[in-house]
Amino acid sequence: MSTATATEATTFASALNTAMSDAMEEDDSVVVFGEDVGTLGGVFRITDGLTTRFGENRCFDTPLAESGIAGTAVGMAINGMRPVIEMQFDAFAYPALEQVFSHIAKMANRTRGRVRLPIVIRIPYGGGVGGVEHHCDSSEAYYAHTAGLKVFTPATVADAYLMLREAIDTEDPVVFFEPKKLYWSKAGEDLSALRQQYESSADTAGAESPRVGPTGNAKVVREGTDVSIISYGPSVSTVLKAAEAAAEDGISAEVLDLRSVVPFDEEALVSTVEKTGRAVVVAEAQGFVSVASEITARIQERCFHSLASPVLRVTGFDIPYPAPKLEEHHLPSVDRILDALDELQWED
Amino acid sequence: MTDNTTPHASPPSADNRADTSPTAVDSGPHSLVSPAAGHEKAEHASRILEASRSFGITAEQYMLPAQQQIRMLDPDGSLVPEEQQGTGPGHEYPIPEDDVLLKAYTSLVAGRRINDQNYALVRQGRMAVYPSSHGQEACQVGAALCLGEGDWMFPTYRDSVAVISRGVDPLDVMVSFRGDWHCGYDPKAYRVGAMSTPLTTQLLHAVGVAHAAKLRGEDTVVLAMCGDGATSEGDFHEALNFAAVFEVPVVFFVQNNGYAISVPLSNQSAAPSLAHKAIGYGLAGEQVDGNDMVAVLATLRRAVHLARENSMPLLLEAVTYRMQAHTNADDETRYRDREEVEQWKRKDPLLRMQKLLTAKGLLDEAAETQIAAAAEEVAASLRQAMSAEPEEDPLEIFDHVYTEPTAQLSAQRSQLADELAGVDAEEGTR
Repeated sequence: MSTATATEATTFASALNTAMSDAMEEDDSVVVFGEDVGTLGGVFRITDGLTTRFGENRCFDTPLAESGIAGTAVGMAINGMRPVIEMQFDAFAYPALEQVFSHIAKMANRTRGRVRLPIVIRIPYGGGVGGVEHHCDSSEAYYAHTAGLKVFTPATVADAYLMLREAIDTEDPVVFFEPKKLYWSKAGEDLSALRQQYESSADTAGAESPRVGPTGNAKVVREGTDVSIISYGPSVSTVLKAAEAAAEDGISAEVLDLRSVVPFDEEALVSTVEKTGRAVVVAEAQGFVSVASEITARIQERCFHSLASPVLRVTGFDIPYPAPKLEEHHLPSVDRILDALDELQWED
Repeated sequence: MTDNTTPHASPPSADNRADTSPTAVDSGPHSLVSPAAGHEKAEHASRILEASRSFGITAEQYMLPAQQQIRMLDPDGSLVPEEQQGTGPGHEYPIPEDDVLLKAYTSLVAGRRINDQNYALVRQGRMAVYPSSHGQEACQVGAALCLGEGDWMFPTYRDSVAVISRGVDPLDVMVSFRGDWHCGYDPKAYRVGAMSTPLTTQLLHAVGVAHAAKLRGEDTVVLAMCGDGATSEGDFHEALNFAAVFEVPVVFFVQNNGYAISVPLSNQSAAPSLAHKAIGYGLAGEQVDGNDMVAVLATLRRAVHLARENSMPLLLEAVTYRMQAHTNADDETRYRDREEVEQWKRKDPLLRMQKLLTAKGLLDEAAETQIAAAAEEVAASLRQAMSAEPEEDPLEIFDHVYTEPTAQLSAQRSQLADELAGVDAEEGTR
């Protein structure tokens, strides 16, 4: 995959690919492995060309066994490597959960920080791509619930590059959720400019910095005054469309992209909700006991006296993912978000 | 070439066995060298063929365990005549040197003392739980003594004695059984993984450590330990398979102690032996008398040597017995009778080794006294340490979850700090 310039559109997929090759170029201990990631370049081609460029010792195919992939990543990280592993699809990552929950998440803690595991687990996730069953789960809550893991999910081409670079560089294990429906989305991003931005941002934090850092760094991606719509990953683009439509109805919506579920940028959340006094949380995953539930609870705890209306959620239904013919009824849509906005008590 | 008249050189007679004639050795069993098997597979197979050829046997003969369990010491402590040890071409195990045997005995005595001390500490309520390896000490000691300094060990929760024999302070090994929240020792300092409770998960860590070393051109061997019950877990399969496919030097060491808590081996596996599982993955397997310190050391040392030389994994099954209950919380009378335990008592690894070394003139009363006194010293320091209340900072439970704390963890840490300060203040006013 060639490095795009500002004049041509860069895809989300090529941003991820370049993030990995830049990290591999910079640090010999970065290794990429998983199912079909070598010769084929991954079923989504995200690792395309890495084996050719860096050799079979740096990017290689494994036997078809997710626990084996995660478990050997633990050993590699113990022995000085920085593994970036790919789970082929969200629901195919479940065989690895014991390794993720019992070891990857806990190793630093049970060794009192003596053994840290700088592992990145890349997971293509979410629906909206016509995938058949077991290919469209939004499984972020399982990982976010597990102490010791970081959970990143980029919503833009720029973040795909910047956040994957940061995930690879961080000493903590990161579960990196890639919204499948965004893989072929494009933006006029210059990858070498992003590279420069990343490299010059090492010690920065806050609104101007791309770094998630230790405490999270949510971004207001659309300013507004009447209501805050909080979202992350694949739902952000849908939310932005809804905000656009709401503006035509005279509602000024502010949109917050969390970027990382863990660490969770509570201050950015509080700041936007205190500003607007109303909040809607949007996510693809089922709503019951979800990341959306947690966001809603935090708003209630921290912003109760600023609220003019109950906090509403627009999420997937509490059903197994209905693939693919009925998925449009399940996923949060622009209309459903607008309906939620309508329900907020506006007559105060 | 292969001498088929030697009982241990030919595999058990079965219809589907490969031809063991010299021609077959030369061309190799077709299933392993078929050009249709694909480029990488053929390459892998040639490594096994290479190893088997150097012993003058077929790949199958190399991968299958020898005809009988490897045993060098009789239950009465006398050396088994060489032709009855179970060894044969490709399955030869030289007896370790005298100084190694004496060192092993010293560790055996210390290990037994530690096992029994810990058992007592739990009964006295000074330790929360202890999975004893009483009866399995030969395996424990062998696991530690077969490794070089740069090698790694990945133990289970029943392998405390192996970890201590590797040089980790007994108190540090025991803290998690006392109920502390961490594993006690620094895995990297000793090259010993944190003792793993989720069964067989650590085997994959072993494979990963060996793989990383191989990528860097280091010849680190990793000993991956598990029990008989654990061989039913999926990670056992995945670990053996990954190790074989990536050709990494891991020695899988299965201590078959007969029971997974209460469930006997017959409920875990229908394989002829656990060592037979190796061939299905393309690695060599061997079965050894796990209560025979000499044979355990001999087989482990050779497995480590072969793994290092050929950059290939091997599997060793040690047949032993858990003399005590699973832990102190277990009631063994519900699933096994006393008679069975008594039978195994007669195969005690310590007594066998003691008799051998005495007969060899390596052990006299003075040496015995000295070894026992050293073991007693370890037990005494354990007793003392476990009787003291651990000095722990409750706030540390927040400090290692992430490299830097999240905002939420910082807030929770402050909350607990306030609560602790409140308790202190209250106690101060009393």
